[in-house]
Amino acid sequence: MAPAPSPAYSSVTLDVNGDKHTLTVDHRTTLLDALRERLDLTGTKKGCDQGQCGACTVLLDGHRAVACLQLAVAAEGRAITTVEGLADGERLHPAQQAFLDLDGYQCGYCTPGQICSAVAMIEEHAAGWPSAVTDDIRPEAGPPPLTADEIRERMSGNLCRCGAYVSIVRAVARAAAVRAESTPTTVSTRTERAPA
Amino acid sequence: MTTVPTAREGSVGTAHTRVEGREKVTGAARYAGEVRFADLAHGWFVLSTVARGRVRSVETAGVLAMPGVLTVLHHGNAPRVDTGYIGFLGVPPDPSCAVFQHDRVPHLGWPVALVVAGTSEQAREAAEALVVRYEEEPHDTVFTGERPDAYDVDGHVPAVTGKGDLEAGLTASAVVVDAEYSTPEEHHHPMEPHAATARRDGGRLEVVDSNQGAAWVAGDLARLFSLDPASVRVRSEHVGGGFGSKGIRAHQVAAVMASTVLGRPVRVVMTRRQMFSLAGHRSPTAQRIRLGADADGRLRALEHRSVSATSTVYEFVEPSASVARAMYDAAAHHTANRVVRLDVPTPTWMRAPGEAPGSFALESAFDELAEKCGVDPIELRARNEPERGPVSGLPFSDRGLLACFREGARRFGWADRDPRPGLRREGRWLLGTGTAAASFPVMARPSTAAVTAEADGTFTVRISAADIGTGARTALTLVAADALETGPDRVRVRIGDSDFGPAMIAGGSMGTRSWAWAITAAAAGLRERLAAGTGVPPQGITVRSDTSAAVDALPPKERHSYGAQFAEVAVDTGTGEVRVRRMLGVFAPGRIVNPLTARNQFVGGMVWGISMALHEEAVRDAASGGHYGADLAGYHVATHADVPDVEAHWIDDPDPDDPVGIKGIGEIGIVGAAAAVANAVWHATGVRHRDLPIRPDRVLLSGAPGV
Repeated sequence: MAPAPSPAYSSVTLDVNGDKHTLTVDHRTTLLDALRERLDLTGTKKGCDQGQCGACTVLLDGHRAVACLQLAVAAEGRAITTVEGLADGERLHPAQQAFLDLDGYQCGYCTPGQICSAVAMIEEHAAGWPSAVTDDIRPEAGPPPLTADEIRERMSGNLCRCGAYVSIVRAVARAAAVRAESTPTTVSTRTERAPA
Repeated sequence: MTTVPTAREGSVGTAHTRVEGREKVTGAARYAGEVRFADLAHGWFVLSTVARGRVRSVETAGVLAMPGVLTVLHHGNAPRVDTGYIGFLGVPPDPSCAVFQHDRVPHLGWPVALVVAGTSEQAREAAEALVVRYEEEPHDTVFTGERPDAYDVDGHVPAVTGKGDLEAGLTASAVVVDAEYSTPEEHHHPMEPHAATARRDGGRLEVVDSNQGAAWVAGDLARLFSLDPASVRVRSEHVGGGFGSKGIRAHQVAAVMASTVLGRPVRVVMTRRQMFSLAGHRSPTAQRIRLGADADGRLRALEHRSVSATSTVYEFVEPSASVARAMYDAAAHHTANRVVRLDVPTPTWMRAPGEAPGSFALESAFDELAEKCGVDPIELRARNEPERGPVSGLPFSDRGLLACFREGARRFGWADRDPRPGLRREGRWLLGTGTAAASFPVMARPSTAAVTAEADGTFTVRISAADIGTGARTALTLVAADALETGPDRVRVRIGDSDFGPAMIAGGSMGTRSWAWAITAAAAGLRERLAAGTGVPPQGITVRSDTSAAVDALPPKERHSYGAQFAEVAVDTGTGEVRVRRMLGVFAPGRIVNPLTARNQFVGGMVWGISMALHEEAVRDAASGGHYGADLAGYHVATHADVPDVEAHWIDDPDPDDPVGIKGIGEIGIVGAAAAVANAVWHATGVRHRDLPIRPDRVLLSGAPGV
């Protein structure tokens, strides 16, 4: 009979950027610390460690989430995408390219979170999900025009203390435009629930 | 094939994306807490829970028995350090960085112990379990402008200046403005928390840190720990924002102590909550301004007095009353900066120290004077343009203020403005526009640089500069390329390493100017060597520069950047919320090295102005001596939805005394920005807001008609 597992540690398999990593983690370890300290994926940043700044935003099953409020042991079975997993080899993700070209950052510390947030936000919008500034919120209305105000509202969970918001919004708009060009337009109805 | 020599287009002045941009957007850029160290241990601060008193006991036994705990450092066992020196910036260190040297607690959130463990989870839990007992004493953290114990103190500028008979000037004036203004305690909160990893290797000390000057921190650590400066190396490759807060602080000192004691690398990272008492802040200010003018708005008398707070362990003054010393003249001209000592953490430089809160008061008062005189606010400033420094009597190097106003007024559409307040309504919103002037001193500090011609035809620049988000690494690449008459793709700029020698910090809007000067000088020397035509050996040819003599030889003048800020706001008559609809700034900022990053930096400063005007306020609880809501949910900074289209422009304004024409752009963007917003709120509602931030409750209770 195998020895009883330690009450403080568990083995967990994390699916990060398509690779599976099996780790023994302290139950107190957040997904953020597991990524940074155990998997050496330091692109995901720790800005406040309490869910208030958005710097640690990653994608869980395609939806944005702050990694500091997820325990690593609870992330098993989720497809985790970090900023390191966005580019296609040497080819940057359109959102990364737009942030680079339009100077959508200054110090760069909130940037991975802004980019991950933008990638998921663009999908949320394309799926027809309204925001607090959307005029017509009827499900059959489809995606509202992705105005600067829509982007600002939807990105407000990501703080940038350097105040690079103006260029971040432009970068997100460009990334959304690239996505719209590359994805055939379909009439979208809001059938999927957005993440809580 | 023949090659025809072509004239080279200069790189300075053309837009370039950041040279480290790819690393930043892919997550590959490693910040201080992300550099790998073998056998790393993690330190976690324990902060005092009383605001004044003594540590009676630190009960370590239980904690030392917890899993993974390696040591607990406190005043009873920590290595001693020496704070009796004058530091890199010409001032003694704030002893707040010298942790665990005595049992006194001078404020809530003072470091009383560092728990070090194998993992951060272990260190954190043990730190939270550590019992510290105190002898508590009554504390005083209440700041007001009426404190009788406030006193004059010189900071980075003199405390007091004065000329002429103030009372006589006011009596003789047709129009007088006499108003009090206040700004709250504000915090830098760079997105990257302060982090340092220290490693002792024989006699050497290596620190990977997040700071605004690697040579600065290295020099202070050498002095504090009585080490040979040559044995201390501090690296700070990528820095996630600083804004004045990232100098020598408790985390580096604690990490060095712990690594010395344990003989292994130790990392100490401040939590966001700990930053409220460990990272420095901007003091609250209470300011009084009296302006006396003739009916046409020409000043006869100007008085600006400001009180700020400092800690009981160090004098730091927020010199808000100093703005008028360069901006406006009057026959009677008096300014004074005073401080009061409280049981609070020591404040420090925060983006435009003095100018940011001072310009809020002064530029608001000017708007009030314009209203009283019935003169357009821009015209009022034009009528009060000084010919020489109002206090110094020195000539101005140049003065682009009115050019900024002209260009800004044109772009903003100021000419169409009806000056009367409270008239423009759009649904539930009241609309208004406002303007304010901005200025910031232009300075340089001695720096050293090394430029190497490599055998492969490329160049390497080494300078202990810091890129805290300013784009300095990229700007210096462009400057070096021009100085070497080559393309930026052939220049590699290495920064953030104290081994590169002394250089100015990223601060005071002096970094890029000071560093560019040193690089230009070294590059000129290198080109002379290369012109001698002996060929480049495998190890390259390196030329070093030191700008001490050149910088010290600058003739005394009034040197400043200038700006004109414009804002349009909408005030919600139902909720009292103020929303900035658009903002525009035009600056006379010296030569712009990289328009792409420069525009971003101006806009960032203006966003700080919006944030200062409407959001930021650290509120201290008099009973505990600490903050309410010491986190980013309680301390509001502007986020996406608060920031409209913010435009920044500049006029051609090369500095005549700088080799590259640079002045410095890091701080001018915030100066006057909050006043422009506040003046727009007056224009919208007819009510002056003299206390920041302009919160919804303040708007609702202001008695504005229609609100």
